[in-house]
Formats: sequence, structure tokens, C-alpha cells
Amino acid sequence: MPYIPHTPDDVSAMLDAIGAERIEDLFDEIPAHLKAGSSLDALPEGRGEMEVTRLMAERAEQDRYALSFLGGGAYQHHIPAAVWEIATRGEFYTAYTPYQAEASQGTLQVIYEYQTLIARLTGMDVANASVYDGASGLAEAVLMALRANRKSKSNRVLVPEALNPRYRSACDAIVRNQDVALDTVPFCTDCGQTLADSLNQYEGQDYAALVISQPNYFGSLEDVDALADWAHANGMLVIAVVNPTSLALLTPPGEWGAEGADIVVGEGQPLGIPLSSGGPYFGFMACKQKHVRQMPGRIIGRTVDLEGKQGFTLTLQAREQHIRRSKATSNICTNQGLAMTAATIYMSLIGPDGLASVAGHCHANTQKLADKLTAIDGVERAFTAPTFHEVVLTLPQDADTVLARLAEKDILGGLSLAKDYGMSNAVLVNATEIHTEGDLDLFATALKDVLA
Amino acid sequence: MNETKLIFQHSRPGRGANAQAPKPVSEDQLSAIPASLRRQHKPGLPEVSELDVVRHYTNLSSKNFAIDKQFYPLGSCTMKYNPRGANRAAMLPGFLARHPLAPASHSQGYMACLYDLQNFLKEVTGMKGVSLAPMAGAQGEFAGVAMIRAYHDARNDDGRTEILIPEAAHGTNPATAVMCGYKVREVPVGKGGDVDLEALKEACGPQTAGLMMTNPSTCGVFERQIEAIAKTVHDAGGLLYYDGANLNAILGKVRPGDMGFDVIHMNLHKTFATPHGGGGPGAGPVGVSQRLLPYLPTPMAGLDEESGEYSWIDTDTLPTSIGHLSAFMGNAGVLLRAYFYAMVLGREGMIRVGEYSTLAANYLLKRLQQVGYTAAYPERRASHEFILTLAKEAKELNVTAMDVAKRLLDYNQHAPTTYFPLLVPECLLIEPTETESKEAMDDFIAAMEAILHEAKTDPDMVKEAPFTQPVRRLDDVKAARELDLTWSE
Repeated sequence: MPYIPHTPDDVSAMLDAIGAERIEDLFDEIPAHLKAGSSLDALPEGRGEMEVTRLMAERAEQDRYALSFLGGGAYQHHIPAAVWEIATRGEFYTAYTPYQAEASQGTLQVIYEYQTLIARLTGMDVANASVYDGASGLAEAVLMALRANRKSKSNRVLVPEALNPRYRSACDAIVRNQDVALDTVPFCTDCGQTLADSLNQYEGQDYAALVISQPNYFGSLEDVDALADWAHANGMLVIAVVNPTSLALLTPPGEWGAEGADIVVGEGQPLGIPLSSGGPYFGFMACKQKHVRQMPGRIIGRTVDLEGKQGFTLTLQAREQHIRRSKATSNICTNQGLAMTAATIYMSLIGPDGLASVAGHCHANTQKLADKLTAIDGVERAFTAPTFHEVVLTLPQDADTVLARLAEKDILGGLSLAKDYGMSNAVLVNATEIHTEGDLDLFATALKDVLA
Repeated sequence: MNETKLIFQHSRPGRGANAQAPKPVSEDQLSAIPASLRRQHKPGLPEVSELDVVRHYTNLSSKNFAIDKQFYPLGSCTMKYNPRGANRAAMLPGFLARHPLAPASHSQGYMACLYDLQNFLKEVTGMKGVSLAPMAGAQGEFAGVAMIRAYHDARNDDGRTEILIPEAAHGTNPATAVMCGYKVREVPVGKGGDVDLEALKEACGPQTAGLMMTNPSTCGVFERQIEAIAKTVHDAGGLLYYDGANLNAILGKVRPGDMGFDVIHMNLHKTFATPHGGGGPGAGPVGVSQRLLPYLPTPMAGLDEESGEYSWIDTDTLPTSIGHLSAFMGNAGVLLRAYFYAMVLGREGMIRVGEYSTLAANYLLKRLQQVGYTAAYPERRASHEFILTLAKEAKELNVTAMDVAKRLLDYNQHAPTTYFPLLVPECLLIEPTETESKEAMDDFIAAMEAILHEAKTDPDMVKEAPFTQPVRRLDDVKAARELDLTWSE
């Protein structure tokens, strides 16, 4: 019996102790006629580890390697071998939420270090132990802003059109049930940025928060100081959505404008998490100290034990569902513990200079890629704004068709903006530190062929 | 064990794991980024060597209890063995490298696994459709209640403002109902652990959107009146939500779909043996009855039978869906681990899960009663878990459930769930799972017996425990009053 250790002798000994004749007797409280459907005839017979591994290896092989320039919220980066060698140690991999603090000091200290790393990277006071991903993290941030902004009575939040559309739709799916409305701030179609001018139409209106994405979905860098100051001047909180790699180079949200952002969220995947079809990733979440009691999710604090020795424990649990039930800040229960552990190891290994170097290569390679591609007739940058590690290019032909033809050559040449922005000739391309000069040339040559 | 320094305390300016990062780029190459947007000072990440990092986190890992090290009978959490083979399969390079937005042409292998898993879960639960999108149990709950709301909204049945929840329910249930814009009304549970049916009948009405419940309940017993409950809620026009937290108990025995549930979520990190990872990631797929099919969260894997090709079912093909709950498609890597587990167990393995987890729990309960502990529901069969109440010990010996839990750590046994469900005083909720041997359970029983003896003869040993862990009991009051959430030098 796979993963079940009992011998026939064990089973009889246990049944004897219980005073039952057969295992089936233990289910005598379930009405008999309800059991009829559970013969599970449609399920396959079980197989051994060898056979299932072979099946899955064949399928993994089928999604054969392609040269990818896809970004859009998930990015290819080098992951040091030590990250997952350590994160998948059984002591981390098979532990549960650290409710028994004395027997969970390993996980608890990792989370405390993680909170510190995220706070330092974002320039904020405090961070929680992570949420599911960047997009659902934004939904949590929006709900948090509604609670935290005592001056506003509004259930509306301003969201830039240039925000990752997948963040927008997940956020909307989560918050709309509480009658929260997300109003859209348009972007400048020349520069690809969210301009402070476009916010003037909302002046004097009651919104709980303004969401600022840096960089935005187009890879464009926003004038975050102006946007943050505008929001604060109009009684709104600032929710920053940021890429963690970029923060090695860019002003941290804690320093945006005169006051800094109030809540920061983002997708943690670039910090040592494999692409893995979209998950498990983790969302990081940080805020100003004064809002900490409105933050959802697990939070770890440093304290002492009864002998005065340093120790770590779950704290501020009165915010959480297992204590507050219907009055909790969120229904979130677990965090993304293992992914967060991996990211903690990644950030420790890569260090401040290493992360700056990774970010620098991402930026430089993307610039280089854009130069190579725009050297092709009819290919142009769509926007004038400076970018971090993604850029929108317009093609002389329909983007979806071009991308499909590139895919036939095993080149995933970016994401089409046709469906989300009605820009049928536009693609969003990304390069990171993993791309070589040869990779960039291969893409350029293939695109030239396809367009010819 | 000694205090472990923080990683920041190992930091020395100029040190680094130099094999990992590429060489720095020149300032020239960054000239396109306006100076006004540039960070002025380095982020305070530690500057440490690769060995520093490996040693530090390896040492930290040794301060955890884990299934790989200890019996971990945490009730309602299903801490069963997490097969290593599942981890290796999910970490195959082809799966790890796949970008979530890669075209279907480059995703057929991955989608085949998802499609098969959807069908597997459908059959196991007796539901009509399954979406794997929710990223955790709590998000599965959210998806489920959001679908209930979408269903009522589509019928313009907008007077339904309440979700009913038995008082023994997990805290996530009421918190979820509120996130979906509902008011919560609690339904009492009777002495035997079943829902108070008369009270439920009174609570049901035109304002009822649905009922959320777990079966077996968090009291560790099967809800015997489930059909009457389903009828009561359905007659009032409400829908029935199944919290799959305790699905392990009934796998292969009785299916939520056959009990009358309209929507369920499953915790793959419990029932399908994916790791808990120190608190996630999980996965919380949802299954639905016919009438909720249009509202399933996206994306889902679909199969064109003719061409044999897989494609995504997304909001463009299913516009009534409650939509995406994450940026991409949920916790893919967890789904692959669950798929591995499902394929190894197969039909007969699924049936064995329910049988042997129930056998283990009933054995453990009987033996713990024999050594002197009190069952909360002595006249009932245990499901895959059961509750002891230490009300008597607390009163007579001044030794609480928490004290016993802490003392267990000294016996190298992880503590059961304490003080949940809230309606049983001084309770321990104990779930051994099907993967623990009789010897492992006997060791736990011996430890429990010894602790009961200590409670009578040397109560301070129990009240001041643990003695053998990296730290003694922690000052939680100080932690909350003098918040220290980040390190500063």
C-alpha cells in the first residue's frame, strides 16, 4: 500500500483495540445509501513512483525549451543552486505554520529575516510573512487601504490603466464582492506613463487610495514622486506595486514624494522562484508602522522566552481569522512559506551589490534588445518613457500572427497587447541577466525573417 | 541549542556570494534611467559568503519540527507524509522553465497534467466541474462563496444576505463570507457534535444565501443529518458549501457531491499530500454541481477530443466566471505534486486513505481513553481525527491543554491542535493520518500517558515545559506590546 505502513497484523491489533471487526465498521455512522457513488470506477489504477515519474517526465519534456522573452509579471532569473537545495530540506518543506513557536524557531526566524529584507528593499517600516501572489496581494492592499484611510469614507480606489491587466482583473474579482470600485486612470499614449495631469479630473473627489505601479505594465518608469504627492495632497493613501529586482536601482516606495508610499505590494517571483507555470510564487506586502494593525496575514515578532533568551513568535494575531473570525482583516490563513523561505535565501546570497548587478543587466539587455529589434524596418518603440526591463514595440504586422510564427521557431517573442489594450501590433518584450548577446541576435534574426 | 545569530549579524562590508551575481554593469549602461528615479543608497541586504548562507539556513532548519522528523498529529491539518517523488516530478526542468503565459503550443504536457487532475478530483468528490485556480484553502473558500453569490445575482435573487455557519467551523469560513459581502449567522452544534437541526430550520429563510460546513465536522465526527441539512438549506433557496478541510476522512467512502453539496474546496496540501512548507504554499481547487458550472474561476484546462489538443478555458470562453484569483493560474507546482500523488494512489489508493486514516484515529482515541484521557464525544466514532477534553485536568490539577501540548515537545512529539474548535473546553484535536505506523502512534500514547502521570505527581514539569527546545515558552505579550517586526543594527 503506497505510503501506508500497516501490516495485516497491525490492522488486526488496531481493530482489536477498537473493538471492531472490520475497517468498514468504522464508517457505520454514514448513511449506507450515500456510500453508493464512491466506488470511484472512473479513476485509474495506482502506479509506482517509477511509472508516474516517467509519465510526468515525458510531459515535462513535451513543453520543450524555447528561447523566451516573455515577462508580464513573471521573469527568468538565475537561481543559485543553494536556494532550493536548502528550501526543500524536509525541516522546511514538511513543517506546518509555526503555531508551536518553541518547535518552529527555524521557520519563525526565517520569516523575521524575510520581513526585515522586504522592509529594507522597499524602504518601509514593516512587512508581513507574505501573501499568495502579487495580484491577490494588490486586492489585499486595496481592502487594507479602505480600512486604514480613516479620512476617506469612500469605497473607491484609483487604478492606473497601465497596471498589469492581470493584477487589475484578479484584484477586481476579489474586491468587487465588497462593493469596492476600481476607477481607471488612463495612460499617456505617447509616453506610456501615467501623468499627474490625468489625475486632475479626480481632484476633490473622495478616493481611499491611488495605486502606482513602478515600473508599469509597459515597463515604463513613472514619475512616482509627483503621483505620490498628488495622492497625499488629495487625502488618498498610496499603494505601490513594484518589481523587487528593480528596487536595487530605483527609489524605494518608502521614499516616493514627500511622505513615501503607505502600502507596498509586489510579486516576489523574481527573488529566486522558478517560473513554474505561474506558481507557487509569493506576494510581498509592506507598510508604514502606523498601518500595521490593518495589515492582513501572518506577522512574526521578536521577543524573549521565560529565561530572557531571544525567540520569535506569531504576533498581532488578533487581526487574523483564527482569532477574529468574521471580524478578521482577511480570510487568509497560510502565507507562501516555502517560496518566501527560498526568497530569503536568494536575497541573502545575492546581496545588495549582486541585486543591483542583476537589475543592471536586466535593464541593459532590454535596452540592447530594443535597439536590435528596432533596427528592423517597421519595428519601433511604442512609447517614449524610460523603461526598466520591459519595453513595448510596435510591429508592422499583426502581433498575434507574428508571435505565433516566432513560436513555430521556438522563440517566445513577447506578449501581445491586442486583447488587453486593443493595440493589435504591439508586443511587450523582456530580457534579463540570463540572456546572452547570442540570444538577443537569434530573436532579432528570427523576427526579421518572420516580418520579411 | 545556542541562539542563532540573524543573517544580518554575519554581514561584513565587501563580502558576498560572488559566484552568483553577474559582474556589475557600468553607469553608462544605466544612463537611460533618470537620476531622479534612482535609489540613493544600497538596500540593506546582508553581505555574506555562500557558505555563510548555506550554514545559517541549514542550522535554522534544524530548529523546526517537521513530518520528516516527528509524528505531527495536528488536527484538521492532515500532516501526512509528503512523497519525495512528487517534489522531484514537480521540479522537472520542463515544468520549472515554463512561463505562465507561454502559448498552448508549448504547454501541452503541463496542461495534460492539469486536465487529468481536474478529472481525478471531479470523480473523487462527485462534483460536475473542477477548477484548480485557487491558491490556498482560504482562497478556495472565497471562490466557492463568490460563486454562490454569482449564482444568486444571476437570478436577480438579491435578498440573500446571510451565510450560515456552524459554530464549530474554521475561522476562515466566517472571514470568507464577509470578504464576499455576506453577513454571518452562526448555527449551534448539539451535544453529540451534530448541527442543531431545529436551530438551523429557524435560521433558514429567504435571506439565506448558503450554508458552509465541514463533514466530518471539526468535532471529529460525521454529521449524520447531512441529508436533512441539505434539504433544509435547499428548500430555503440556499446553496450548500463543503469545506474540504476534512476530506481525508471520507475519501473513497462518501462523496460531497452525493451528500448534496453544491460547491466544495479541497486542500491539496492536506488530502493530496503536498507539503505545508512552514505555512504554504497550498492549493485549494473548487468543485461544483451543475448549477454552478458557469461561475468556476479561470483558467481551466480543456481538451478538444478530436484533435487531442489542450487549450485554456478562460473568461473569453466562460464570461460568467467569477474570474481570475491570481495573476496567472494558481499554484501550478503544488498541483503537479498533487497529480503525482493521485496517480501513484489511483482508485484503490484513494479508498485506502479514508479507511486507514479512520482506523488510525479510532485506534489512537481508544488507547488514549484507556490511559486516562477524556473524549469530547465518547459515544461517537472518530473520523480521521478526534477531540480530547482536558477540562477535568485543568480543574483538578491546574494543568491545561496547552501545558500538555508543550510538554509533548519534550517527548519529541509535535503537539496536536489546541483550543480548536472553540466550543470544547481545554481541547486537543488529534489527527494521526494514514501514513503513521502503529509504533509511531504507540510512542505518542506512551508520551501522553507519561505526561498525565507527571501532571498528577510533578505538575510543574508539565506547566513549565518545554525544557528541550531551542527556546522556553515565549513572552507573547511582550511580542505584541513592544512590536519588533524587523531587525535593526
